[in-house]
Amino acid sequence: MESFLHETFSGLAAGGIYASVALALVMIHQATHLLNFAQGEMAMFSTYIAWSLINAGMPYWAAFFLTVGIAFVIGASIQRFVLARIRGPSVLSLVVVFIGLLVIFNSLAGWIFTYTIKVFPSPFPSEPPFGQHYVSSHELGATAVTLVVLLLLFAFFRFTSLGLAMRAAAQNPVASRLVGVRVGWMLALGWGLAAAIGAVAGMMVAPIVYLDPNMMSGILIYAFAAALIGGIDSPGGAVLGGFLVGVLENLLGAYVIGNELKLPAALAIIVGVLVVRPSGLFGKVHVTRV
Amino acid sequence: MRLSASVVAPTVIAQRSRSRSLQAVGLALLLVLALALPFVVSNYRSFQFTLVLAYAIALLGLNILTGYNGQISLGHGAFYAIGAYTAAILMDRFGVPYWLTVPVAGVLCLAVGFLFGLPALRLEGLYLALATFALGVTLPQLLKHKSVEHWTGGVQGIVIVKPDAPFGLPLSADQWLYFFTLAVAVLMFVLAWNLLRGRVGRALIAIRDHPIAASAMGIDTSLYKSLAFGVSAMFTGVGGALGAIAVQFVAPDSFSIFLSITFLVGIVIGGLASISGAAFGALFIQFVPNIADQISKAAPWAIYGVFLIGFMFLMPVGISGAIRIAWARIRRHRQGRDAAAGPG
Amino acid sequence: MSEPLLDVVDLRAGYGLVPVLQGMSFSLAAGSITALLGANGAGKTTTLRALCSMVRTQGVIRFAGQRIEARATEDIVRLGMGHVPEGRGTFLNLSTEENLRLGAYTRRNKSEVGDDLERIYGYFPLLKARRVQQAGTLSGGEQQMLAISRALMLRPRLLLLDEPSFGLAPLIVREIFRIMREINEREKVAILLVEQNAALALDLADHVHLIETGRIVLSGTSAQMREHDSVRRSYLGY
Repeated sequence: MESFLHETFSGLAAGGIYASVALALVMIHQATHLLNFAQGEMAMFSTYIAWSLINAGMPYWAAFFLTVGIAFVIGASIQRFVLARIRGPSVLSLVVVFIGLLVIFNSLAGWIFTYTIKVFPSPFPSEPPFGQHYVSSHELGATAVTLVVLLLLFAFFRFTSLGLAMRAAAQNPVASRLVGVRVGWMLALGWGLAAAIGAVAGMMVAPIVYLDPNMMSGILIYAFAAALIGGIDSPGGAVLGGFLVGVLENLLGAYVIGNELKLPAALAIIVGVLVVRPSGLFGKVHVTRV
Repeated sequence: MRLSASVVAPTVIAQRSRSRSLQAVGLALLLVLALALPFVVSNYRSFQFTLVLAYAIALLGLNILTGYNGQISLGHGAFYAIGAYTAAILMDRFGVPYWLTVPVAGVLCLAVGFLFGLPALRLEGLYLALATFALGVTLPQLLKHKSVEHWTGGVQGIVIVKPDAPFGLPLSADQWLYFFTLAVAVLMFVLAWNLLRGRVGRALIAIRDHPIAASAMGIDTSLYKSLAFGVSAMFTGVGGALGAIAVQFVAPDSFSIFLSITFLVGIVIGGLASISGAAFGALFIQFVPNIADQISKAAPWAIYGVFLIGFMFLMPVGISGAIRIAWARIRRHRQGRDAAAGPG
Repeated sequence: MSEPLLDVVDLRAGYGLVPVLQGMSFSLAAGSITALLGANGAGKTTTLRALCSMVRTQGVIRFAGQRIEARATEDIVRLGMGHVPEGRGTFLNLSTEENLRLGAYTRRNKSEVGDDLERIYGYFPLLKARRVQQAGTLSGGEQQMLAISRALMLRPRLLLLDEPSFGLAPLIVREIFRIMREINEREKVAILLVEQNAALALDLADHVHLIETGRIVLSGTSAQMREHDSVRRSYLGY
């Protein structure tokens, strides 16, 4: 029982991380209807930027918010200057560009920052909260940060006209122009926000798994599984999916299939969800009148 | 000035048959060069070109699926791995002769690919790319797993012995392997050429470009798409088996997601929906990393990434496409010149 | 005579290499209702698209005193040109009310938007009943009302309507046209209407232009058009 609780809680903690990366994925999908394969590497790269700032002497939270801002600019720029320029954007050309971005970010990180593993600080205290030993303060704190980001996103999409405009631009760019929405900037905004969220996720993950260029590759798969389970259009679903995947992976790994098969289990989840219920648990099943 | 049809037609026909015989001559020349190669270069170079041939077959497989049929696969490294491991396990654990492992690998991958194609039917575009991406990432883990360690050799992998030339032929092992691989490659390319020129190829392209219209015309879309997966996997598996025999070694970490990405790079640069593209792509992925390494010791993959994005912008039809366009321009120029010169 | 709200001189436009508009010139006054009639392929929809810069154009377009032919669609909309496109352009996955709020996206004065919403619901009570429903589940007639209402949320000076009667039952169409006449009278919104249903168009409009192969071949008031022999025979059927 003791170990079951332990597995569940650390699953929840891991789930918080998957949830935040899944949020970034959902964000891009909401804005552009695309799946960004390079999301993990962009998050990792942003975390390295934070690391450099902290190493240069900047206090943690200053570095944190500055990194989020820089990540936003990088994300928006990629959309404006690379993606928007692709002639006749077929799915294949988009995938190719995403993969290109993935390898560029991965490789640049290794080149600029070397492949030696680095320690990334946590802003949360090192003693576990409330004297228990199931979750560390960092894991709790990271989960809290994820939930705050989710809340902000939800409010943004639901209650602001900018959020509404973003959703419209993704669905129907032509009609959006006819109501005055600057579609190009909406797409850039979406990418910027997703990159910012990814940076937050990276900075929350790094203290746990240590910072190295391949930090995010496995996490990305879990995050995709989480986003799909929750519904690729639902931020709340992504977070819930994250926790679900975290706990599921941990329990399956501990009791059923062994820890080495956790990633293939995520693959099975991805394929299973896509085949059986592509809109996920909370995604809207889109009704179209023929 | 408009020439009457009866005057133009013979000129055009003459042009076409001229270009076709040019093509035949070109291919024959290429074959002669290929046959002569191992006798004029070192053993190591022969080995490198053997790998080029193996990659070319693998890329042909990916191209059939992604280029001709429009189903994006970011996980074809998995089929290459299955082919490679099949060859290795059969040779090492069961003592099967090397030349038999190649068709076995092909058949096995045909079956696995077809099976994977069945759920893949429900996935389109980006989602299929995602599922295959996940496959590519998780495959090394599957290969390392304890339960199959006895067969796969776990993290250490399997070492196999390079076969010697048969019948006491005066060839080194590398040279013989090159010819063997060349023979298989020619066979596979002819197979692909036949497949894609005919009804099957047209059906695949129709499904890629106008899926609804295709099924309305009576093409069994599901069957063709699953078959495309199967055939594509078969080609790549054959490439994998040949590659494993050449390299004499298989290990899980050689077949990571980066292998699948390498294949993607190969077909994009070589040219999608093009048989010759597979050859150009294979040359690229074999030799360019060495050059990239020299440009930037630390970030060869960044160069790959730049090439990928760059080609998407500047040469989306790949090298083979660019050559085709250039050749068409030369031909049109000549046609215009001949027509202007008058009939007869 | 006051300056026309919209003044088009020698408008040319097309799709790729295919020219559709071959030099259209016309103008309309504020608060007026103008109809563009013509057969399929004559260039009516292309005219509306050209006004909004949705296709490449040559020629001069003056709207509310400003040259707009080189501007982007989003900017032209901000000058007060609302466009209800062919196919309606509803945001199918958003709710009815979200669609309407998007219509008011460029409005500066957010407090007025709420009032406008109520006014629109006044014209189209059916929409109010469905305000939280996903727009894709609305019937054809309701979606048309939604599309028009969304354009009206802009408080446009000019409303472009592309085939509002298309695919709708006659009763619904009559209702929609009645409401549009009411809106024109109350809100003083000028309307440029493209319609294949000539009878309906002539009933609503003050001025009519007949388009054939990208050029205006006949213009006049609706009364004059009704008298014209060839118009009667080709477009009204008697």
